[in-house]
Amino acid sequence: MMNIASPPQTQAASAATTTPAIRAESLTVERGPRTVLRGLTFAVPRGQITGLLGPSGCGKSTLMRSVVGTQAKVTGTLDVLDHPAGTPALRSRIGYVTQDPSVYDDLTVRQNLEYFAAVLAPGRGTAAARRHEDVTRAIADVDLTAHADALAGNLSGGQRSRVSLAVALLGTPELLVLDEPTVGLDPVLRRDLWNLFHAIAADRGTTILVSSHVMDEAERCHRLLLMREGEILADDTPDALRTRTASETVEAAFLHLVDEANAR
Amino acid sequence: MNLHRTLATAARVLRQLRHDPRSIALMILVPCVMLLLLRYVFDGSPQTFDSIGASLLGIFPLITMFLVTSIATLRERTSGTLERLLAMPLAKGDLIAGYALAFGALAVVQSVLATGLAVWALGLDVTGSAWLLLLVALLDALLGTALGLFVSAFAASEFQAVQFMPAVIFPQLVLCGLFTPRDKMQPVLEAISNVLPMSYAVDGMNEVLRHPDVTGDFVRDAAIVAACAVLVLALGAATLRRRTA
Repeated sequence: MMNIASPPQTQAASAATTTPAIRAESLTVERGPRTVLRGLTFAVPRGQITGLLGPSGCGKSTLMRSVVGTQAKVTGTLDVLDHPAGTPALRSRIGYVTQDPSVYDDLTVRQNLEYFAAVLAPGRGTAAARRHEDVTRAIADVDLTAHADALAGNLSGGQRSRVSLAVALLGTPELLVLDEPTVGLDPVLRRDLWNLFHAIAADRGTTILVSSHVMDEAERCHRLLLMREGEILADDTPDALRTRTASETVEAAFLHLVDEANAR
Repeated sequence: MNLHRTLATAARVLRQLRHDPRSIALMILVPCVMLLLLRYVFDGSPQTFDSIGASLLGIFPLITMFLVTSIATLRERTSGTLERLLAMPLAKGDLIAGYALAFGALAVVQSVLATGLAVWALGLDVTGSAWLLLLVALLDALLGTALGLFVSAFAASEFQAVQFMPAVIFPQLVLCGLFTPRDKMQPVLEAISNVLPMSYAVDGMNEVLRHPDVTGDFVRDAAIVAACAVLVLALGAATLRRRTA
């Protein structure tokens, strides 16, 4: 049911594609008196889906906000698409979905997307025509074509979060940062969205960093970053994690690693 | 800054308002109803109506735009759309200018109706040009927008934002010379009123009321209101942070 149109422009393959999409070295974030992220070092490869998993309050959102450049008091190294995180040049190359849908409730789905598209790619004439195409495609991507002219505020929670996701898909970003995009959605919709993420990664070469606190979603990622209390417990593929901990599921592997960390 | 992004923002703010006709009706009708009310409250002393009516033509746009902007930008902050916009290639100036343009347009409609009603239907007796009244009203609206934007940074909820109105607007209302000429107030209060922007808005209106031509004092008053608006807008821009805790 989700239609994936081909991207309007294919991304130029460059030598840069060999470097990771995100590279962090002793990344530390403080919020007030609390240290939320404690000296994280990791890399997120390009063109793959990397899942950021861990219990709520472990620092997933803070890490994502650091990547998109909206988090204050970030120390250490954090390079995103070969630039330091938060560099103005990155703002049009990253699509970001916050945990709560950040759209205007008193605008229709299409009006919401048209505004954000105009911010991304301003101008009249051909730019406006391209924007119109882009908006129509993004609405189709999240399967909201039938609701394009409905006010965002009148949509259900799941539909609103898909509007928020559609905004992030505008302009074919190279990196998608999705903060719990499937929370509160029914199983069918969750499966459809995961299919969409895989299609976007495969067809458009987009790097996706997606967070969740539902462990069964971990199985759908290419790679996993398991977090707990501001630290990274594991950085591996789901298969390798299960093998290493001799566990059946990623959830069991996570619990195994937590017990191991507590025993130390 | 980018003109297209500014205009897109202004168009978006106006589109949001269009989905809320009740707010538009309240913004535009309440000042007219208040003027009508005052006209007949001061039925026996038309001179009092002239003075208070002219002052209010300057005060209404300030209060309305203050309220509308503080709530609208607070909603932008709390709904996450501000964070999203600032993570996108939008300059802070684009956002602020977009809001100022959209609410400025609304203020023009409000002021034209209120001034037209007061001057032509209610017999408000102005010696100067009604266009000058309109100019001051517009500058006041801009000042209200600027103050609302600034104050919204310090409000954690819409409940708090509304409480800022009595805190920021009422003292100015009492001291601006609406109730008694400023030079007849206790000297300390007069000194305070000298540094509050609304005082100059009301002074400017009274200049138009009493003098047929553009006076030096009028130019000074209008310039002070405009300068305050720009200053507070700049302070408001400083409260928009791309990176937040």
